[in-house]
Amino acid sequence: MTSGEFLSLSVELTLGMVIISVALAFFRLFRGPSLPDRVVALDMMTVAIVAFCGAAAVLYEQVAFLDVGLVLALVGFLATAALARYAERRRLRKEEEKEQP
Amino acid sequence: MIDYVASAFMLAGGVFAIIAGLGLVRLPDVLIRMHASTKVGTLSSGLILVGVALHFLDWSVTVRAVAIFLFLMLTAPIAAHMIGRAALRMGVPLYRGLRNPLDDSYTSAPLPGADRSD
Repeated sequence: MTSGEFLSLSVELTLGMVIISVALAFFRLFRGPSLPDRVVALDMMTVAIVAFCGAAAVLYEQVAFLDVGLVLALVGFLATAALARYAERRRLRKEEEKEQP
Repeated sequence: MIDYVASAFMLAGGVFAIIAGLGLVRLPDVLIRMHASTKVGTLSSGLILVGVALHFLDWSVTVRAVAIFLFLMLTAPIAAHMIGRAALRMGVPLYRGLRNPLDDSYTSAPLPGADRSD
């Protein structure tokens, strides 16, 4: 087995393992009893997909996948921050509605 | 030779990705799950990006990989802090140990399988 064959085999294995982790995070997203559970699962899926983009860059010899990963990391942080703010503000709004019927 | 090193880094990253996913599914409450997903997830993508940089051995690729990893390292604690604060303020039920069904008391054993004697 040459080194190139070993590299492509291990890259494919890595892609499979990252896909398994995305599936596990999706299970938590589907099942999560509370809103923060789902936000944590989404955050984890974003980070895993950034890793997937890196592995795909090696598999297809395309450097452009790394740019996709960079943008995804930026957008994923924004999404997580916005969802966490939403979860906090939703509670505040409920309390305000209780105070002013 | 460099291919074998890059392969080892990427395989280690994949194994850590599975560990992060398992932690996300198996651990008992939000804050403990966040502990798995944030730290181990960032570590796994960092290892895979090191593998990418070693495979291409090119300055533009290395700078991009380092930029992605730095960005993940900067934003993961901030995002985790925001989610954790939201979870605490929403009053999400937290894990208090194993419940004894006879008298509704809680043992101080922190996690199933954790080896602690206090």
